[in-house]
Amino acid sequence: MVFRSATAEQQTPRKPSLFSRLPVVAQLRQSVGLQRGMLIAGVVLTGMFVLCALLAPLIAPYGFAQSRVDGVAFGRQEPPSAENIWGTTVGGYDVFSRVIWGTQTALAVVVIAVVLSIFLGVILGLVSGYLGGWLDRILVVIADAIYPFPTLLLAIVMSIVITGGQSSLIGGILSAAISITVIFIPQYFRVVRSEVVRLKAEAFVESAKVIGASTRRIMFLHVLRNATRTLPLIVTLNASEAILTLAGLGFLGFGIAPTSAAEWGYDLNRALADTASGIWWTGVFPGVAIVLFVLGLTLVGESVNDISDPRLRARKRLKKKKDVSA
Amino acid sequence: MSTVVDIRNLGVEFATDAGRVTAVDGMNLTVAPGEILAIVGESGSGKSVTAKTILGLLPDTALTSGAVLLSNREGQDTHDVVQLTGERLREVRGRDVAMVFQEPSTALNPVYTVGWQIAEGIRAHGRIGRRQAKNMAVDILRRVGIPDPEKRVDYYPHQFSGGQKQRVVIAMALVLNPGLIVADEPTTALDVTVQAEILDLLRRCRDEFGTAIVLITHNMGVVADLADRVVVMYQSKLVEQADVETLFSSPREEYTRTLLGSVPRLGNGADRGPAPAPHSELGTPVVEARDLQIEYPGRLGVPAFRAVQGVTFTVAPGEVLGLVGESGSGKTTIGRAIAGLTPVTGGSLSVLGHEMLGIRESDFRPVRSEIGFVFQDPATSFNPRLTIAECVAEPLVVHGRAKDAGAARSRVDELLEAVHLPKAFGSRFPHELSGGQRQRASLARALALEPTLLIADEPTSALDVSVQARVLELFRELQQQFGFAALFISHDLAVVDMLADRIAVLLKGQLIEVGAGADVLGAPRHPYTRRLLASLPVPDPVEQRARRAELHRLRSTE
Repeated sequence: MVFRSATAEQQTPRKPSLFSRLPVVAQLRQSVGLQRGMLIAGVVLTGMFVLCALLAPLIAPYGFAQSRVDGVAFGRQEPPSAENIWGTTVGGYDVFSRVIWGTQTALAVVVIAVVLSIFLGVILGLVSGYLGGWLDRILVVIADAIYPFPTLLLAIVMSIVITGGQSSLIGGILSAAISITVIFIPQYFRVVRSEVVRLKAEAFVESAKVIGASTRRIMFLHVLRNATRTLPLIVTLNASEAILTLAGLGFLGFGIAPTSAAEWGYDLNRALADTASGIWWTGVFPGVAIVLFVLGLTLVGESVNDISDPRLRARKRLKKKKDVSA
Repeated sequence: MSTVVDIRNLGVEFATDAGRVTAVDGMNLTVAPGEILAIVGESGSGKSVTAKTILGLLPDTALTSGAVLLSNREGQDTHDVVQLTGERLREVRGRDVAMVFQEPSTALNPVYTVGWQIAEGIRAHGRIGRRQAKNMAVDILRRVGIPDPEKRVDYYPHQFSGGQKQRVVIAMALVLNPGLIVADEPTTALDVTVQAEILDLLRRCRDEFGTAIVLITHNMGVVADLADRVVVMYQSKLVEQADVETLFSSPREEYTRTLLGSVPRLGNGADRGPAPAPHSELGTPVVEARDLQIEYPGRLGVPAFRAVQGVTFTVAPGEVLGLVGESGSGKTTIGRAIAGLTPVTGGSLSVLGHEMLGIRESDFRPVRSEIGFVFQDPATSFNPRLTIAECVAEPLVVHGRAKDAGAARSRVDELLEAVHLPKAFGSRFPHELSGGQRQRASLARALALEPTLLIADEPTSALDVSVQARVLELFRELQQQFGFAALFISHDLAVVDMLADRIAVLLKGQLIEVGAGADVLGAPRHPYTRRLLASLPVPDPVEQRARRAELHRLRSTE
């Protein structure tokens, strides 16, 4: 084993393929034991939900706002049956279909929120950390000021500001995504800024300065490319938080109207009254969907974090070798 | 014969990402009571791992085989450390064997007083009262040469200097009177003059306390100064073991001979070739500092720190000026100021005809193509996301000599060839190169624009001796080939002696002596230079003994 790796080093090292260097994939190859199990469970769960979202029109038997088929109403709060396998809600919708369509809403919000906040947060963090000065101080104060707000409260305020509280499909998704973005930008800002401040003192950045490279070149070529290491981790953790915030908004009635899109938080809210009368199916399925999606993303995030850190990464234990003298 | 530690067929393997890695293989070693055994070798040769095994300090990922039989001071009680775990291992540590670490500033806990930290070790091994433990701490501090120990026992680590901190660490190791101390590079983080004092203290540990010492070091001068017996390790294996005189006078193995041959020695600078032209004939100086002052601004309420005060020197075209000084002497600050990385706050510094006092970055940027810089740590001076070729091409691209890294490739190949690196290395990433190879690439990058001035800030201090020798050789070769002027910054007099035409000695931000290399090293005028020279241990035990006596004489006359 040792011998083989020694000879492999002498040959020109082959660059690993792009696919195997992607975040998550790279970690999957490095992991062993429990950490690998956690990562695989997370990837499978998350992948399942992504598939559901993409194939929703094929999987869901009915539309998310469909309450009758062939002119016959489903009926309200019907228990699971052959027609409605997970029963129907108090509004007369099919629970199974709404849970499936709900993945689409959740995924859209997560993607928009993460993309928006990652771009703004990273750019602001880079500029603020590298240039410093008064701009840095102002941005840090603003980020600090946003931090102590309860995220949900901030999201509610943003949602009211953006849509006035009621919403269509696009408006609802956007307002949810933007309100989440406002909370996430300071997180990316902070992480990238602290990385940039650390990198600024590194010898390779100084060597670029000595060479005479322009500030923009140093910032984007030398600093930014090295400051993004921790981002995949924050993305996965933030994605799970985005789902919770979206569900929270829906639960409190600031979400998307049931006729515009399916949304788990809203369904949970409507199912609140049912619990007392023993109607379990309206609440359990959207609730389980939220828990599993968040669990999947968190498992991916946490295990990627542990595996990327050489101090936390588990390795195969060495077994006593039989004495084979070569 | 009784032994303090008897290592039998020791093997250590680590589980890493790259699979199973052997760190120590088939090691056999004994240490007699009161003996100083030095283990030498390059980084990665397994010397530190061997030392840590004696204390059972290896991480969970290690698999140890063989036996490490550790006896207590009286020699009645023997344990196999490899088999010990938990409480039993804890009993042995500190009582039978103690450790002195490389970096004294991180080995001490900054939030407790040193007295508390010494007492902690005492109280962990028996029912001893707080007051009595403190008295023992005071006593041991006095014996390791801390002045005024009654008062200073209540000081925190930051109130001591680096050398004193190392004394405290040694006091902690000595306090339970163990039969063996393992010292892992105990003087590497210290300045030469402080190193000499710590070596004296370690020698006293043996003479007064009768403690055996296992000394891990890569510095052959330290070995010659302190050790009774030497073990040479190479690629996880024991290569040679002999007593110190035999090893230095007639090394048996080829590897030991190479290792000893690569150690830079004072006085070897004489064979530099024809004597350089007199200083005044070389034309307009490339760098001219007059009464140069550099201050680092203090925080609110703290006065500014003056790192360099009133320094005057010149560097002529094609000349190598060696800048020598201990840590904190301001040598790196001067180098950074010349490269425009640290602003000048007073006096005058003229670089290639540009006054650096109050210069704007945009005015200085074009001048940068005339200056090359080699950084101390090859591990961090390359952007880890760029290939070596892209890194070396960077100056060419920035100054518009090439459109992008691809267009510069033929020039990059030439440069890599000039520093004796294969072309194929261009497509590797920095972490795929060894330290020495990276430092060559760093030289290639600095020379890409054929600068008139090269600043080298401790370019070899992070490298192993044998690698250092090759890089220094290359530096000299390139200097003769390209004829650039160079400012060579180093704390190692022997290294500077190999390369520099003239040598400038700095002490606490002031220039105390400057002159031709042979003059400064041959007939130093300033007492500090004399002490610096005498403190430098030479890799020859017989000569070193004479030098030690000379150093003691110097110290007593001061």
